[in-house]
Amino acid sequence: MPTRVLVPSGVLGLGFDRAALARGVSMRPDIIAIDGGSTDSGPFSLGAGQSKYARAATKSEWRDLMQARATAGVPLIIGTAGTCGADATVDWMYDITCELAAELGQKVSVARLYSSQPADRVAKALQDGQISPLMPAPAIDAAAIAAMTNIVALAGAEQVQAALNTGADIIIAGRTTDTATIAALPLLRGDHAGAAWHGAKIAECGALCSTNPTSGVIVVDFDAAGFTVEAMHEAALCTPHSVSAHMLYENTDPFILYEPGGHLDVTDARYRALDARRVRVEGSAWVPGRYTVKLEGARVAGYQTTIIAVLRSRHYVSNAKAWVKKLTHYLNDSIATRMGLAGEHYTLEFRLIGVDSALGGQENRSGDPVEVGVLGIVTARTQEEAAEIGKLINPFVLHYPLTEDEELPTFAFPYSPATTDRGPLYEFALNHVMALDDPMAAFRLVVTEVGA
Amino acid sequence: MTLGEQVLKVRSKNAGPFWVTIDVFCGSAEVYGQMTRRIETERVARLFDTPLQLVKRFDIADLHVIKFSIRRPVVQGSRWDRDMHGAQWACLLEELPLDESPLCA
Repeated sequence: MPTRVLVPSGVLGLGFDRAALARGVSMRPDIIAIDGGSTDSGPFSLGAGQSKYARAATKSEWRDLMQARATAGVPLIIGTAGTCGADATVDWMYDITCELAAELGQKVSVARLYSSQPADRVAKALQDGQISPLMPAPAIDAAAIAAMTNIVALAGAEQVQAALNTGADIIIAGRTTDTATIAALPLLRGDHAGAAWHGAKIAECGALCSTNPTSGVIVVDFDAAGFTVEAMHEAALCTPHSVSAHMLYENTDPFILYEPGGHLDVTDARYRALDARRVRVEGSAWVPGRYTVKLEGARVAGYQTTIIAVLRSRHYVSNAKAWVKKLTHYLNDSIATRMGLAGEHYTLEFRLIGVDSALGGQENRSGDPVEVGVLGIVTARTQEEAAEIGKLINPFVLHYPLTEDEELPTFAFPYSPATTDRGPLYEFALNHVMALDDPMAAFRLVVTEVGA
Repeated sequence: MTLGEQVLKVRSKNAGPFWVTIDVFCGSAEVYGQMTRRIETERVARLFDTPLQLVKRFDIADLHVIKFSIRRPVVQGSRWDRDMHGAQWACLLEELPLDESPLCA
């Protein structure tokens, strides 16, 4: 049965064009699907179990989408709710939904699909040989798994279909693959499997597959032979090039995409312009395989304190690298003698902004900057220890001379105190898949009626 | 002459926390044909200080794109990472000098 999916944007919180959304709703979609996150911003969201987007931005966009759902009379689904899709961020999204249901006077059935994994389940799966590393995978054992602050499994189409089958008006899913929330309904209705996954991958970033990426809204029609994609903003065109080029985006392999239970192969896909706005795609293949779900985990790797100073004097700007090398050596000695702290318990690193702070050792250009920012990063075992090191190095970052026979310099500190305690440093600690006999064995569904 | 001066665009971005992927949009079949010959994978591996076997290369004629996927030497967001999104890595390839043999205009 042909299935029409409306995708309002690449992620909730980034905005979409409201007229384009209204146009999409008027096209009578079968479902409205949006993504709520990714690992793109780094490990903090998963480590801390927090959304990276402002609650106000999320609520304001979710209000528009809940109203669009009521108008269209079809399910609304968000995947990877609250950036990382941990249980805590699913509940955060559920709270927002309950508030909006009350404010909008909507009575809705809400399904929550939870993706967080208890450490003991993952440890047992590891022991039972059900966990396989991807390339490259951090080394793990039961202790490492127990030390992770959050572990999530990426749900695929099967878990999203279980949520759809509850008949819920709104589905708030924890971590899912980027594509699963879009592919689930077409697959459930028997549309072409290769097209379902391929169309979902093309649509997962919203209008990024069009000539006007920021307009957000697109509509994908799935059927028994392929899919057709169209952007809803008047100025946004989907062309064979804009659509096919999207397979390059954030993919290591532009032809293969792994999902729970198999992989998509678009090697033989053909992209054809139906008119100036719409592209038709056929020939994508779904290759079934073992049923595994990818795992993501984060752990605390230390605690950080940072310091920033700015060098403006020409003498120091032109000798910044030599100065920072000498300073680092002096400070490491000082930390050892005054704090009695061995080198393996902390790291102290200075990055020279204006010299090579983005590319480090791979930087191959040099110039004559007006000023150089000195970003000092201390990582230690506790926040107290990192803060103490920060205080110890502070006067030297301010006053350290390049040579012994010159007057003490004083560099520019932008604020007081010059040090900032950053809290925990989280690290991604898993790049593995977990085999499941039953796709729902590692996921939970909770359905409630909310609103007036 | 740098690579960036020959092609339409060079961009890079994380592909998950453990890889960065770099796309060279050549803009035409002609430039694509030249670039596939002139950009050596070994040179790209050296540029990003990555062992050759950890660099995947895809020459995609339909799109006039050459794509490199490189295993991150430091995992995204870990202690020594300097570029959370990996988007500045493109600069190294963009600024890669190509040899002086004349290119068709």
